[in-house]
Amino acid sequence: MATAVQTVERENYLNSNYGIKSWLLTTDHKRIAILYLISITAMFWLGGFFAMMIRLELLTPAGDLISSDTYNKLFTMHGIIMVFFFLIPSVPAVLGNFLVPLMVGAKDLAFPRVNLLSWYLYMAGAITALVAMVTGGVDTGWTFYTPFSTTYSNTHVIGAAIGIFIAGFSSILTGLNFIVTIHRMRAPGMTWRRLPLFCWANYAAAIIMVLGTPVIAITLLLVALERAFHIGVFNPQLGGDPLLFQHLFWFYSHPAVYIMILPGMGVISEIVTCFSRKRVFGYEFIALASIAIAVLGFLVWAHHMFVAGISVYAALVFSLLSYLVAIPSAVKVFNWTATMYKGSIRYNTPMLYAFGFIGLFTVGGLTGIFLATLGIDVQVHDTYFVVAHFHYVMVGGMVMAYMAGLHFWWPKITGRMYPEAWAKLSALLVFVGFNTTFFPQFILGYMGLPRRYHAYPPEFQVLNVLSTAGASILAVGYVLPMIYFVWSLRYGKEAGPNPWNAVGLEWMVPSPPPTHNFDETPVVTWEAYDYEHQPQEEVTVGH
Amino acid sequence: MQETTESVGHIVPAKLYVTIWAILMAMTITTVLVARADIGPFNVVVALVIATIKATLVVLFFMHLRYSPKLTMATVVAAMFFLFLLLGLTMTDYLTRAWLTNPGY
Ligand code: HEM
Ligand SMILES: [Cu+2]
Repeated sequence: MATAVQTVERENYLNSNYGIKSWLLTTDHKRIAILYLISITAMFWLGGFFAMMIRLELLTPAGDLISSDTYNKLFTMHGIIMVFFFLIPSVPAVLGNFLVPLMVGAKDLAFPRVNLLSWYLYMAGAITALVAMVTGGVDTGWTFYTPFSTTYSNTHVIGAAIGIFIAGFSSILTGLNFIVTIHRMRAPGMTWRRLPLFCWANYAAAIIMVLGTPVIAITLLLVALERAFHIGVFNPQLGGDPLLFQHLFWFYSHPAVYIMILPGMGVISEIVTCFSRKRVFGYEFIALASIAIAVLGFLVWAHHMFVAGISVYAALVFSLLSYLVAIPSAVKVFNWTATMYKGSIRYNTPMLYAFGFIGLFTVGGLTGIFLATLGIDVQVHDTYFVVAHFHYVMVGGMVMAYMAGLHFWWPKITGRMYPEAWAKLSALLVFVGFNTTFFPQFILGYMGLPRRYHAYPPEFQVLNVLSTAGASILAVGYVLPMIYFVWSLRYGKEAGPNPWNAVGLEWMVPSPPPTHNFDETPVVTWEAYDYEHQPQEEVTVGH
Repeated sequence: MQETTESVGHIVPAKLYVTIWAILMAMTITTVLVARADIGPFNVVVALVIATIKATLVVLFFMHLRYSPKLTMATVVAAMFFLFLLLGLTMTDYLTRAWLTNPGY
């Protein structure tokens, strides 16, 4: 229907050539973003399926649906898939790949072939981990704690560890590409102070990817070696120290939680300013807060080990340092709020998701401060309180931001609009479903229910039933976008280059963008988010 | 290793490479010899110090860090800094774990 007006189809990155080979051998950052989009979506549904099995088992206090062994494998595989194969690549590898070159005014990333290699490594890692899962599974938890993982578990630990090891290199290469691109490929006039905050956020996350990922890679390799050859790094009987594993693991994995939130914060900065029609409040502060989070994030890891037997003096230091990370996070939340203050806010779908992000991330971040408090952590460590905390930041925060970003840039990526009414409904369902699922878990944890058991005392049933019911609503909230996004590819209204009337180089090229992004290199003469000097005409879609 | 290897327009004289190589070999021999003597806790210290010096030489000369732009140096320094954080903060645990001697620890 939409093609009626168009007589000659414009050349763009989607129609420039066809066939499987043109996709699998592409070096176009936009096509690679699509490859990532498809692969991580598949992983998201697989991880989601495991989550549903977990919630079904927890519907009743007795462990009646699945055995405890199966349950252990389910939450392990859920965690591994969601963390390493969905959330870490989500915003950077899909939206970042697509947008960073467009936003800085470049024709591609600095190393297009390395970018393709990163996707192949991701796939190789994912397939290795999946093979380990279907041939018997893993039951160590996504954290692979020793000595269970090295000595006692009789599941496919090595396979899963190698899968994550390989996928780690894909993450390093993506980070490297972003760093070099942002340093070297900015268009004339695109100074650091004019760089979109989305790029700043991905730059900060890239620093963590490059500096942190080698540590998890070597650590998991050590687990595999210890398991296979008993080299004695972690096993006390051979002169090792099991806590050393936790130090090494969390040296990466705490910063990794910032890989999982910083790019999301970048998305939110773009959306909040666009739909408030105002220059972002405190640009420099938001930009530098990203870098501060990336650096401070490396100083707090042992807050995961307070009750594991580390020195109480070290615990004190790490507790104090953990409070520090909250400062740059709060700076961002305050700046987004100040951006909205007296703005002419538009309630389109991306903005609704962004609202969800701000509220839920705040709850998640503040409960992080609870957990970093030594006395409280003794009570709630390894309970559902922790589970609720990290789902508020990871799902309420990052997945919300990813959805917000997908809805914001979908018209750019595909050239089509999705049905706004359905999209708003999905945002609402996700918000309600999410809170119904995870808020009860704060209470459960506070009451002392430990995580990672398949059975529980009957007095906890009401809250667990509530949680499972919420998960079903959440699932509907995620299925809807799947359907209308695919629908929009064929039937969606044509979006035009700039449906939200947003500023930024990516909105100045046609949608979908041509293969080489810009016909001629743009010259930037304006600051980022100059919304006050934009024509204030009504957004063409929605309501 | 070819003596014509060059970094950003910089040609390193072959003699320098040979000298560095000789130093590396000398240090390897030292490591082996020291390993034969038992000097208690210094076994590890000496081995690590020698290894660190060797790695530094390789990075500076063979990998041309000395002749690289500032940004490359900054990158290497950043990596070293984070390695230092990893080791340093981990040590806050190991060095002080015994200070408070609880029964059962
Ligand atoms: C304000 C910043 C934050 C602080 C102070 C904080 C603090 C903590 C603490 C102390 C724990 C350990 C609780 C325990 O096991 O007893 C924890 C667990 C966790 N946090 Fe946070 N957190 C913060 C932000 C985040 C963010 C942004 C994410 C992810 C996007 C995140 C993800 C996690 C995860 C995944 C765990 C659990 C790991 C596990 O045991 O499986 N946190 N957090
Ligand atoms: Cu942490």
